[in-house]
Amino acid sequence: MPERKVITGNHAAAYACKSAGVEVVAAYPITPQSPVVEKISEFVESGELPNTQFVCVESEQSAISAVIAASQMGCRVFTASSANGLAYMYELLCWAAGSRLPIVMCIATRALGAPWSVWTDHQDAFSVRDVGFMQQFVESNQETYDTVLMSYRVAEDPRVYLPAFVSYDGYILSHTTMSVQIEDDDKVREFLPPLKHHLNLTDFDNVHSVNPVTPPGLTIRPEGNTPGYYEFRYSMQKAHEYSIEIVEEVAKEFGEKFGRYYGNGIYKSYQADDAEVLIFAVASVASESRGVVDTLRNEGLKVGLISLKLYRPFPIEHLRKAFSKAKLVVVFDRDVGYGVEGILCAELKTALYAAENRPKIRGFVVGLGGRDITADQLIGGVKLAVQEQEIPEVEKNTHVEFIGVHLEELGFKKEEF
Amino acid sequence: MVLKVSEIPEEEMMLSGTRLCSGCGLQLAYRWALKALGPKTIVTNPASCSTVCGGVGGYTPLKVPVFYCCFETVAANAAGAAAALKAKGQDKDIVVLAWAGDGGTYDIGFQGLSGASERGDNFIFACVNNQAYMNTGIQRSGATPYGAKTTTTPILGKQQMNKNMLKIMEAHGLSYIAQTSTSHPRDIYEKFQKAREFNGKGVRYIEILGTCPPGWGFPTDKSIELARLAVQTGYWPLLERIEGKLVISSPSKRYMDKTKRKDIREFLKGQSRFRHLKEADFKIWEDYIDGMWEGIRLELEKQGDL
Ligand SMILES: Cc1ncc(C[n+]2csc(CCOP(=O)(O)OP(=O)(O)O)c2C)c(N)n1
Ligand code: SF4
Ligand SMILES: [Mg+2]
Repeated sequence: MPERKVITGNHAAAYACKSAGVEVVAAYPITPQSPVVEKISEFVESGELPNTQFVCVESEQSAISAVIAASQMGCRVFTASSANGLAYMYELLCWAAGSRLPIVMCIATRALGAPWSVWTDHQDAFSVRDVGFMQQFVESNQETYDTVLMSYRVAEDPRVYLPAFVSYDGYILSHTTMSVQIEDDDKVREFLPPLKHHLNLTDFDNVHSVNPVTPPGLTIRPEGNTPGYYEFRYSMQKAHEYSIEIVEEVAKEFGEKFGRYYGNGIYKSYQADDAEVLIFAVASVASESRGVVDTLRNEGLKVGLISLKLYRPFPIEHLRKAFSKAKLVVVFDRDVGYGVEGILCAELKTALYAAENRPKIRGFVVGLGGRDITADQLIGGVKLAVQEQEIPEVEKNTHVEFIGVHLEELGFKKEEF
Repeated sequence: MVLKVSEIPEEEMMLSGTRLCSGCGLQLAYRWALKALGPKTIVTNPASCSTVCGGVGGYTPLKVPVFYCCFETVAANAAGAAAALKAKGQDKDIVVLAWAGDGGTYDIGFQGLSGASERGDNFIFACVNNQAYMNTGIQRSGATPYGAKTTTTPILGKQQMNKNMLKIMEAHGLSYIAQTSTSHPRDIYEKFQKAREFNGKGVRYIEILGTCPPGWGFPTDKSIELARLAVQTGYWPLLERIEGKLVISSPSKRYMDKTKRKDIREFLKGQSRFRHLKEADFKIWEDYIDGMWEGIRLELEKQGDL
């Protein structure tokens, strides 16, 4: 029987791991992700997860290494981290993706030091965008639970075989309780059958090595030619491209089975159909924007929201369609591509460059390091963007605007910033 | 128990034609270790000369499954593999071997090794100690001995002693620790077999002295001779620590007696990395060896084995 539980985002991730029948977990604590590790330890010690091995490692580097190894033995695996822990894994994240391992990993998002911060922003999640993982952002604890399950399905699809991140906001979701439906194991198993991996080193009838030195060119041998690094990486890009369709397909199947839909599985739209101005954001920023849309609609502005769920691969076609009728897109980034602008904003510009109806795109940075994002700030951003629409200089701006920095209180004069 | 040569299987797990240098001690050790462990072995190997041994482009001389891993992560990889075998109920049948260089053991890989040892993860950790980062061009490591010239100690030679890794691993309370040398294939064989028998008893640590002609500076045909000299001078005692108890392996037993040991100069003078050493340096080496044996003597005495 499905069970309704009032749980935090971290526990929703742990329950998803349990429902998925994960065989090996290795994780290392870091705020705000720690309760995931604690809950899984509890499941294992209490015997609730009798078939799961938990490797209580001494670092994130070892956590991801251990799950990489276990995945290569053909096991379904899980890990989770945040910010500094995630950054510490970087080399291995590339390794996991390059090995085409269907690892699912949660990121409880947190600002990257220095200076130390334990509060949310999306810099950590965005900074691993190019390692080769798929990545989804979520807005609720139920969505965390569901997206972990869906991510396994996609990651383990033989047309894909890629690892996947599921990113939820530190504290805002990780430590906030919400009602979450935990599905019946048998029903989950119907949706997510046991892993059929392309790799299983314990199969001694088919002995081979994984990830040897791979030269730039093909290896030409009478027994058969083998790919060079370039071909491996090409196939990774192709898997990303094809996976978009599969993400959509899996989300649809999930909805039919469990009755929960998250937009089209790629993005969630809110009041977007007739919107002239669209807000574009992920996770906590998107959640905060929903009320903003309502307020602005009441004031007569035709505003809507596109909350991006699938960030990697970046769903270019979908976004071109989603923004085809809008005049203006306002992007709120809880991250910065230092020296450029908000990462989401830059990526959207790239995606829409070749679109037939290219709206104006105006980006703002908000809420770094857990700075509260208020509705008023977002409303201010949208209104400013609307006012400035007709001023060509604004679109040509090469510097990025931060909303909600308090410089005057620190003694700086307005003209100094 | 004395191993009869006739009991050693003929089957090789490493075929000929690897890409390693001629005279490479590491290759010999790898071959004998795999022979001892047999076909039901899964190897994980971090960046090192051994990676090169695995061949390129998927064609490999190794007949057991090997998964290559990042430089610092071999122990954690082995831990993950061991956990997976447990999850699948195959942990009795299959043995996991972490096969690393001294860099991947003493230095960058140490945290993972220490963590896995403390947790009691079930695998064999083998360190082929060729006393420097050979794969990247002979840079110093924590295992490089006193005085040795490397490309990062190019003029003076290394000014520090090497880490005492055996003591460090002993402090982790491992069930099985052994030291062996490429000059003694039968000793290598027996120790890996023993480590396999200790399956289920956490990390088993074996360190092998791996002679390296280009890294140490000696002719390729002197590889075995030098490895043997390391034993005969008493510098590299073959030993085991079984459940904490120290056992000196037979080839090294006689070197308890200092007068039986060859002069360390014979070992040092055969290598260009030590060519610049002076009398005072030889003295440091002699003191190192004497001190080590004195420690061994005291311990055996305490154990009641003398
Ligand atoms: C994180 C990281 N840092 C540096 C390297 C470069 N690197 C590859 S192998 C190696 C040295 C290996 O030395 P050792 O472990 O002693 O093995 P050997 O080659 O001597 O057998 C280094 C520094 C790397 N691959 N990864
Ligand atoms: S450099 Fe030394 S350790 Fe490496 S392959 Fe050559 S001889 Fe062997
Ligand atoms: Mg070395």
